[in-house]
Amino acid sequence: MTIPMTPETGVPVAVSPESTAGAPGSAAFRRFAQAVLRNRKATAGLVILAAMTVVAVFPQLFTNIDPQAAIYDQQAGPSAQHLLGTTQVGEDVFAQLIWGTRLTLLITVIVSLAATVISVLIGVTAAYVGGMADRSLSLLTDVFLVLPTLPLLIVLTAYLPSGSLTITAVMIATSWAFAARQLRAQGLSLRTRDFLEAAKVRGERRSYIIIVEILPNMISLLVASFLGLAVFVVGFAAGLQFLGLGNSTELTWGTMLYYSQQNGALESGNALWMLAPGAAVAILGTGFALLNYAFDEIGNPALRPVRRRRGKPA
Amino acid sequence: MRYVARRMGLFVLTLWAALTVNFLIPRLMPGDEATAVLSRMKGVNPAALHALQVEFGINTDQNVLVTYLQYLGNCLTGQFGLTAARVPVMTEILDKLPWTLALVGITTVIAFAIGTMIGVLSAWRRGGRLDSILPPLLFIVSTMPVFFVALVLLYVFAVTLGWLPLASNYELGSTPSLTLGFASDVVSHAILPGLTLVVVTAGSWIYTMRNNMVTTLAEDYVRMARAKGLPGWQIMLDYAARNAILPNLTGFAMQLGYVLGGSILVEYTFSYPGLGYLFYTGTTNHDLPLQSALFLVYTLAILICVLVADFASALLDPRTRDS
Repeated sequence: MTIPMTPETGVPVAVSPESTAGAPGSAAFRRFAQAVLRNRKATAGLVILAAMTVVAVFPQLFTNIDPQAAIYDQQAGPSAQHLLGTTQVGEDVFAQLIWGTRLTLLITVIVSLAATVISVLIGVTAAYVGGMADRSLSLLTDVFLVLPTLPLLIVLTAYLPSGSLTITAVMIATSWAFAARQLRAQGLSLRTRDFLEAAKVRGERRSYIIIVEILPNMISLLVASFLGLAVFVVGFAAGLQFLGLGNSTELTWGTMLYYSQQNGALESGNALWMLAPGAAVAILGTGFALLNYAFDEIGNPALRPVRRRRGKPA
Repeated sequence: MRYVARRMGLFVLTLWAALTVNFLIPRLMPGDEATAVLSRMKGVNPAALHALQVEFGINTDQNVLVTYLQYLGNCLTGQFGLTAARVPVMTEILDKLPWTLALVGITTVIAFAIGTMIGVLSAWRRGGRLDSILPPLLFIVSTMPVFFVALVLLYVFAVTLGWLPLASNYELGSTPSLTLGFASDVVSHAILPGLTLVVVTAGSWIYTMRNNMVTTLAEDYVRMARAKGLPGWQIMLDYAARNAILPNLTGFAMQLGYVLGGSILVEYTFSYPGLGYLFYTGTTNHDLPLQSALFLVYTLAILICVLVADFASALLDPRTRDS
């Protein structure tokens, strides 16, 4: 996981007043799209995520084997028919990998989106409303920031029924704090801008100001928060399932890891059964991380790679 | 002084919040710990149930507030009850604590030192050879899940090459003693779990340190140091790195939460019998007292580190004290 701690990353993209204009500037969007495409890291990240999405939506294009049909030789090594070998009950590992993409990706996206929404609600409200509300919300954020996530998740999942729903809910509840803190900082810096004063003078409602005036100016930070969360969630969800805290009848990369670990896949010459889903998790995480890294560079020109031979500090 | 007081306040408050969450979770869920333990035994005897409830501190007739205060008192004095195997939780924890403490402590220090150093150097020689290889490489590794790195290292060095042991903290059957042979046995078992944690965490230290350095190197006081004709290493360390390291210190605590979480997965993968492995076995045995006590131990560890990091940055940076 990357925790961007530079003060600059709190404000990734320069706040451009035109993005608040009535019609969301398509020029601004085009400039943004160009910046993404021109950045090699961003392109690589996008390609990875696009490929994973295609696999998640159309798994049948990549394999015609039923991932849960236990009809083949058990614990067989890789062969032409079973590219990654078979499981302890004789299922095809490759088919599981392909079909497992869907739920893995779904959990990641849902958790990251929901946690971003919560962090907006808490962070932006704290910044904009201020006073007592800010102090108590900031305190709540600080407390959640310090509570150790994985131990808390383990304790919570121990009491709740095991399954993807539990993992999803618990991860949402425990992962919003870091983004909320960043959004609050950004919100505070926006608070005194003229266009917000103007909206206040016009007599707009608070909810209107937050949704229409503040949030559009935070889009880039929201995207960065979402990506940062996704990097973290991919690994953590898989980690929880690897520990056996997920629902072991659901097909995800994490549960594949769980079964291969339980059956000693590494030691018994069936290493691909374990390494393939592990690699898939790593690649998905890297995809999100590359995009996130690129966003930092796009937003903070000082970090862009220097093409000169010897970097003299700017 | 006000700064110190405020940080202490947050420390106490977070600890209290963690204790309360820990108290509430089991009570908000259907059933209690005693019923949970008994449901795994056959033939529930009401008297036995009551005895267990008393033991777990679950008094169904008692006022919740009184129970809560008793619970707080028990936690502060380290009385966490018995594990599913009828051993005091505290004994079990103290037994495993040194292994995790050594593993996590040493690897964190190594990762921090290596990561910060590489970060400083790669920002100093920006676009140079070091800068174009190590930071991107370790960055990619650091985004990988901890357990995947652990599995790959395990597969390469233990299963395929057979250089290092597969699991555990020392050879089965050898008795702990203060001999060189035993020490090397312990070290050889700790190399792979330790390496995993270092490799996974060094990347983000490099990343933040490098980015902070890049920003700091553009400051006027660095320019002035150059104008004064100070030697390069002095500018790099005393002027730039000293200022750039501050956000890394604050990030230290947050990073530690990640390392501790990661150590659970690492200990599980390598069957390394520390707190993380204990946590895992507690989960599979539904050992609720053990789990809630361990959750508190992890929280306390992080809180202490946050506090130390806060004080360290106050010591290094007078600006934090004034604000």
